Amino acid sequence: MTDLAPDPVFSAPWHGQVFALTVHLNETGQFDWSEWTARFSRTLAAHGLSRELDGGDDYFTAWLETLEAILAEIGHAAPPEVERLRAAWEAAYLSTPHGDPVHLHAGEDPDRS
Amino acid sequence: MLRGMAHDHHDHDHAHALLPPDPALRVRALETLLSRKGLIDPAALDEIIDTYQNRIGPKNGAQVVARAWADPEFRAALLADATPVVADLGFFGRQGEHIVAVENTEEVHNMVVCTLCSCYPWPLLGIPPAWYKSDAYRARAVREPRAVLADFGVTLPEGVKLRVWDSTAEVRYLVIPRRPAGTEGMSVDDLARLVTRDSMIGTGLAREPGA
Repeated sequence: MTDLAPDPVFSAPWHGQVFALTVHLNETGQFDWSEWTARFSRTLAAHGLSRELDGGDDYFTAWLETLEAILAEIGHAAPPEVERLRAAWEAAYLSTPHGDPVHLHAGEDPDRS
Repeated sequence: MLRGMAHDHHDHDHAHALLPPDPALRVRALETLLSRKGLIDPAALDEIIDTYQNRIGPKNGAQVVARAWADPEFRAALLADATPVVADLGFFGRQGEHIVAVENTEEVHNMVVCTLCSCYPWPLLGIPPAWYKSDAYRARAVREPRAVLADFGVTLPEGVKLRVWDSTAEVRYLVIPRRPAGTEGMSVDDLARLVTRDSMIGTGLAREPGA
């Protein structure tokens, strides 16, 4: 194991995005970091019961689940709202020509249709 | 792996944009929602990603270690209370955590783990590698640290004590590896090039000059 040719810091773009979102929300005072690590540790432990986590995608999946739970709990992101927007983004990707930037369109945006 | 969904479930001529995996869409959904509520600043998110992807990494820690090797006063201050010493170099913990430097000697080798999650000295080492976050390392580093070291190709001389430090949200550890022989008179920058990421976690040793 050498770090002459290091692996990318985030192996998928969404790993970096969910990391940054969490750090930003902590820095703007939405939750403190010890609360975050306590919650995240519990999620990792729960996920690790059924299989051994390899520290890659599964790690950030647990990270995202923890963030979703905290945001739901403090009332910033109710699961049905998140799901509507997730579906809207999916529809936007599927209706955007390959190579074009993807935006939420009025008809797909639950809050703006 | 990451782009598989588009190939598996949709047409093959890529008439539409590649559909990101489900968690990526969930993150987009959170960003959209929080941004509409004015709770996040998208530019701040980009800045955080850029910082960790391009600007913060093991080079920071290597500078600290090299300086500790070269400058006895700096070393003493670092071992006494590393947090203000590394802050003076511009390395701050974003979460207000304390940095503790632990020094390898002829008698003791130090190794760092976070058994509960993946606490890590971000300002000095950047984002931890996947193996640091894996269940295997988090469990085995405490249970059978010598076997873990062997997996990394490190065998400690007989009689060397192995200390394993468990990081927390509040305290993050930096291992000061032993200075390799034959490095007398080297500049701090040249010394820093011998300091690997793994040597600062304790799963490796510093490189030999010329190696």
